[in-house]
Amino acid sequence: MMQAVPISLENCAKTFTDGTRALEPVDLAIAAGETLVLLGPSGCGKTTTLRLIAGLEQPDAGGRVLFGGEDVTALPIEKRNVGMVFQSYALFPNMSVAENIAYGLRLRRQSAAEQRARVGEMLALMRIERLADRSIDQLSGGQRQRVALARALAVRPRALLLDEPLTALDAKLRDTLRFEIDSLLRELGITAIYVTHDQAEAMALGDRIVVMDHGRIAQVGAPRDIYQRPASRYVAEFIGTMNRLSGHAEGEVFRCPGGYVAWPELPATAREILFRPEDTRIAAEGEAASLRGTVSAAFFCGDHVRLFVDVGEERPLVLETPARREYRHGETVALAVERHGLMVL
Amino acid sequence: MQHGRFLYGLQFAFTIAVCAFLVVPVVMSILAGLTVNYFVGLESGLTLRWVLEVWDGYRDTLFLSLGLALACLVLTLLLGVPLAYLLARSRGRLARAIEELLMLPVAVPGLATALGLIVAYGGLAGFRTSAAFILVGHVLFTLPFMVRSVLAVLSVIDLPTLEEGAASLGAGFAQRFRDIVLPNCRNGILAGALMVVTLSMGEFNMTWLLHTPFTKTLPVGLADAYASLRLEIGSAYTLIFFLLITPLLLALQALARPRRTVFAERDPSAENDS
Repeated sequence: MMQAVPISLENCAKTFTDGTRALEPVDLAIAAGETLVLLGPSGCGKTTTLRLIAGLEQPDAGGRVLFGGEDVTALPIEKRNVGMVFQSYALFPNMSVAENIAYGLRLRRQSAAEQRARVGEMLALMRIERLADRSIDQLSGGQRQRVALARALAVRPRALLLDEPLTALDAKLRDTLRFEIDSLLRELGITAIYVTHDQAEAMALGDRIVVMDHGRIAQVGAPRDIYQRPASRYVAEFIGTMNRLSGHAEGEVFRCPGGYVAWPELPATAREILFRPEDTRIAAEGEAASLRGTVSAAFFCGDHVRLFVDVGEERPLVLETPARREYRHGETVALAVERHGLMVL
Repeated sequence: MQHGRFLYGLQFAFTIAVCAFLVVPVVMSILAGLTVNYFVGLESGLTLRWVLEVWDGYRDTLFLSLGLALACLVLTLLLGVPLAYLLARSRGRLARAIEELLMLPVAVPGLATALGLIVAYGGLAGFRTSAAFILVGHVLFTLPFMVRSVLAVLSVIDLPTLEEGAASLGAGFAQRFRDIVLPNCRNGILAGALMVVTLSMGEFNMTWLLHTPFTKTLPVGLADAYASLRLEIGSAYTLIFFLLITPLLLALQALARPRRTVFAERDPSAENDS
């Protein structure tokens, strides 16, 4: 439907005029039609990276931004033909919904008939036909973001850049729109770069995720890779929940305050081991209870219970267990850890 | 019920009293300008003689004031709107300092500003004796009002992001300024224009020092008339001023009314996102 363009950043760093280094030199290749999510806490450089791609910021000398084979480093945003969607929508309050969507087409001097046809197409795509003549202040947040998407896509951009588009919306609406954006990006096959601080959003939408930390790329990979094989403690802790035991290795056994964990591949130098809540479970009857602790909190979630177990570590272990059995605060439980989920970082 | 009615009556009476306090002097003044002899009273009869006399003697001050107000409006638009835009776009300490400094001509007595201008530029004879000298004073005095009212409108919208949105769609600086910035500060510009024209028309403090016998503005002429001529002439003068400024203000006020009604009927389904 749209021509998909690969985008690459070569040696792009960004230092602001006050001397702050927002981005260390970064190399990044985004495949044509791929949805790449830039993920990290505020100040990690994800928005700066997006703005470099958009042309809203210039990289420090030596950096290059390429769209397809074309070097666009020197082009300002208005010449790059990118669609942008902002957290605050950035819809023009002096124009109606239809006028907002038509604005980019008007700038491209398309005929009135062409504009009308394209605006109609976009309204239908976002299923907001009945809002065409509304003014912006008559729209809800979700409607505004749909208009913003329609406006950005109307000009057939080379790439769609989304800067925390769902952050201003409430949780339920965020889910609905996340689903819509996902289907939209897949349907259009457009190259998309999506900035968020929400790891659940990142995992749901991204073909690949770039986890960023203090202006550096901490890890790039498919959501599954990043979750299952985090490259660093930082990534492991930022994505999902991670359980941690500290202690020392004794042959194939890791000893810690709460007991021990047997692991044939245990590195001899391990000072701590990590594993996900879903690889943690309550030990079955008769199973060797290698790890013991006391329940410090149990949150009933309907289909399961989220259990926090104190095993003498800095933070309690987290696990999810079927809600059939009730757990009381202070109760002693025996835990087992699945070997395939163990890791050392 | 009885109590509520009494309170209502009291409020009504108070409102009428306040209105009377404000309106009676205006009516008296208008009547004075139309009376043959004010000291004798209305029995002396009504006449347009004083109005015509003022028109003959002070017509020029009227046109000068109108011209000055319009020139002042043009200059404050040309200077004030871009300045407000720059101030809105920059968040630095310098911008805030400029914003404060800009208010100085309002805070400092007009006489002091006028003296400053005379000390600095009084030597340039051609300039000193021209109406442009007064214009400079008026622009100094009214510019902050234009900048402030445009800035107030610009600071409630997220201008930088709106501009980035427009730029991403292909709008260069000039197009953004024309399509996004100006339409969105329209109400601020109109409110500012209203202030500038009114203030310039009525400015006396500064103008009194800046004027020469050949560059008398309406308020200066008015002071002249009150001080040296009959009370009826001064009053007739006020009447003319009143007739002039009222339609001007009404016209500007009508322009400043928002284009779209905010209370447009809302589709209840607009609230649900489905």
